[in-house]
Amino acid sequence: MRGFLGTRIAQIIPTLLLVSVLVFCLQQLMPGDPALVMAGEERGDPQVLAQIRAELWLDRPLPVQYLHWMGNVLQGNLGYSWRIRQPVSQLILEKLPVTLQLGTMAFAIAVLIGVPAGIVAAVQRNRFWDYVANAIGLAGLSTPTFWLGIMLILLVSVDLGWLPPSGYVSLAEDWRQSLATTIMPAFVLGNAIAAILMRHTRSAMLTVLDQDYVRTARAKGLREFVVVLRHALRNALIPVVTLGALELGTLFSGAVLTEQVFSIPGFGKMIVDAVFNRDYPVVQGVVLVTAFLYVMLNLLADVLYVVINPRLRGA
Amino acid sequence: MRRFLLASACMLATALSVPGPAFSQTLRISLRQDLDVLDPATSTTYVGRIVFAGLCDKLFDIDEKLNIVPQLATGYEWADDKTLVIHLRPGVKFQDGEALDAAAVKYTLDRYLTMQGSFRKGEISSIDHVEVVDPGTVRVVLKSPSGAFLAQLTDRSGMILPPKATEAEGKDFAAHPVCSGPFKFVERVPQDHVTLERFADYWDAKDIHFDKVVYQVFPDSSVRLANLQAGTTDLTEYIAPTDVAAVKANPKLRLVVSDALGYSGITNNLNNGVRSNTPYGTNALVRQAFDAAIDRAALVKVVFNDMNTPTVQAVSKSSPFYDTALPPPPRDLAKAKALLKQAGVSLPVKVELLTPNQPDVLQEAEVIQSMTAEAGFDVHIQAMEFASSLAASTRGEFEAYLIGWSGRVDIDGNTYQFLHTGQGNNVSHYSSPIVDKLLEEGRGTTDMAKRLAAYQQLWPVLRRDLPVTYLYSTRNIVAMSAKLQGFRPIPDGMIRLQGLEMAK
Repeated sequence: MRGFLGTRIAQIIPTLLLVSVLVFCLQQLMPGDPALVMAGEERGDPQVLAQIRAELWLDRPLPVQYLHWMGNVLQGNLGYSWRIRQPVSQLILEKLPVTLQLGTMAFAIAVLIGVPAGIVAAVQRNRFWDYVANAIGLAGLSTPTFWLGIMLILLVSVDLGWLPPSGYVSLAEDWRQSLATTIMPAFVLGNAIAAILMRHTRSAMLTVLDQDYVRTARAKGLREFVVVLRHALRNALIPVVTLGALELGTLFSGAVLTEQVFSIPGFGKMIVDAVFNRDYPVVQGVVLVTAFLYVMLNLLADVLYVVINPRLRGA
Repeated sequence: MRRFLLASACMLATALSVPGPAFSQTLRISLRQDLDVLDPATSTTYVGRIVFAGLCDKLFDIDEKLNIVPQLATGYEWADDKTLVIHLRPGVKFQDGEALDAAAVKYTLDRYLTMQGSFRKGEISSIDHVEVVDPGTVRVVLKSPSGAFLAQLTDRSGMILPPKATEAEGKDFAAHPVCSGPFKFVERVPQDHVTLERFADYWDAKDIHFDKVVYQVFPDSSVRLANLQAGTTDLTEYIAPTDVAAVKANPKLRLVVSDALGYSGITNNLNNGVRSNTPYGTNALVRQAFDAAIDRAALVKVVFNDMNTPTVQAVSKSSPFYDTALPPPPRDLAKAKALLKQAGVSLPVKVELLTPNQPDVLQEAEVIQSMTAEAGFDVHIQAMEFASSLAASTRGEFEAYLIGWSGRVDIDGNTYQFLHTGQGNNVSHYSSPIVDKLLEEGRGTTDMAKRLAAYQQLWPVLRRDLPVTYLYSTRNIVAMSAKLQGFRPIPDGMIRLQGLEMAK
């Protein structure tokens, strides 16, 4: 186990290095001149443009720009946002709790809906509750988050006045207000993932329920409840955990549309704004951090496999 | 179990129930975009100026009719055509307690002129030097006469900063801005909000009726509207024309529409690289035909619910430089066809129209495409993300570019940089000695009669050459709670907080 972990952790460094090179090179392919965007309505003044290019090192060769940035990153400095002149690390630290809170709540909603629905659908295969769960799953998959978000705002906030339509308050500032502002976006995000989890749980459970050991468990006279939850579900969870880790990674990299609709100042909104404003240091910093989160979540999933299924310990 | 679930749901609903807009002393304003930096020297965004309207007073302001009125100054006079003497309001304090005097004005203007990274340099480059006459009087000496200079002091270039605090903050000034406006800076969460709180020693404190102002960023127009409807914001600085009907139908809301300073038009590539070498770029008759084929009134009605004003000039009707003798002509398809025949071009005339990929601008382009097709044009729309379209236009990679301008108080800010030979924003590379001369005459004097005469001669030349096909003047579409009183619609679209109050 220790060796396995060591190897996996060692793989993280080249992965992140590759991500940094890729993101740096790819954004250079983006059309549009950052100096023109930074200058805003002063873009007509060539002096202003030259000044911006010199200040941001845009007039230097690409490898020099990369090495300069990477050198700073290795010293823990992700640079300054070109647009709002604040340290990227500070921006990330401000946004990370928002994204983590929203992602965790959405994931919890997804698991609470998706996994039980998948189990019920598998146990009740081709019966009424299976069809109901499938219909809900299909609806969840095919409803655009943008549309669902706007509809919820109109219904829950504008018509009923139960929750604030958008914005964000941190947990530390006011936990009730914080939950009130994030519950709708979390539901919108979790809804789509719940549908995916439901489908995968159902399919994994169906496979497992046909296995000999489940038949044996039933033959031993165990209650169906115990057979399903203790014997079948544990093995069926392996693919669901993989999927869950990937989905959680996606959630932590920011939910662009949902954050936009609910004006949640998280990673998604920050990276979209940064791309449109050609704020390269922010794009690079956020991509690097989300890549790191992604890799860590995958590592966590690998560890969880072993915890869930002890037979994998020797693998 | 059912009872337990019901009880849990009730408890959750009670726990999360959020009080309505109970904080009557807080004004919540929604913005369409996140701002950039909170330093008047380096700020470039329109929404940033809206926040500055609460944070920083200016030497002068403008009123509803675009008259220049005193703010931190009490008055001014031109000692000669290059020397402006400004008299300062006595007893004004900065938010850090420092007194606002002539030395602070000199410090600030010198900072805007010399600071590394200042975007104000170009706006006030006509300043030769600034002299302190006495603590209440400052003399600004220009390099040459300028009719447009005073108007610059009604915006960021006129925002005076406290020398001590500004020096102490240095490069971090934008993180902790200090000014002399009615509200002082509390916090900023990028992409989310900026909070200001009342400055007790403000010189015009009697006109301030809120304790706190929160500017919240909602890029989506339907979300801005939903927040206003739900009462979580009190005012939105701009709503989409398509949302106007919803505001009008809601008795709890009020709509205020007024002339703005900006315009939308088609910038035509006349001489910027090989893409100008088309019948449309080289032959003014073809551009005139294109212009005649556009029904501006229908365009504004279809795309903008009649919320903008059709025009063929670079200034709106609120400007003293607006020429009432030049209204937008009605669509004339016969004239358009005749002009194309006179130009001797083969039909259909192909034109590539570059547009930023915003939904309303794309719709505008499609309407133009359809209108001009009837005259014999084949318009191909090239939609591009905004920053990319800007870069393409600068490089001359366009034939016609559908783009707007937020507008400036003085006509010079809407014309010179776009039409004068060699200016950075003149992406069509238009060059006309007559236009250059008239633009220089217009900006080179403080004599209003001479300025008016110069600009009146400008329009006929521009209508003939059509470096820009002006389409409509923009309007400020502001929606607010019906309880909010004292709102003044100023053409620059900035929200003045003086006089604003919530009815009991």
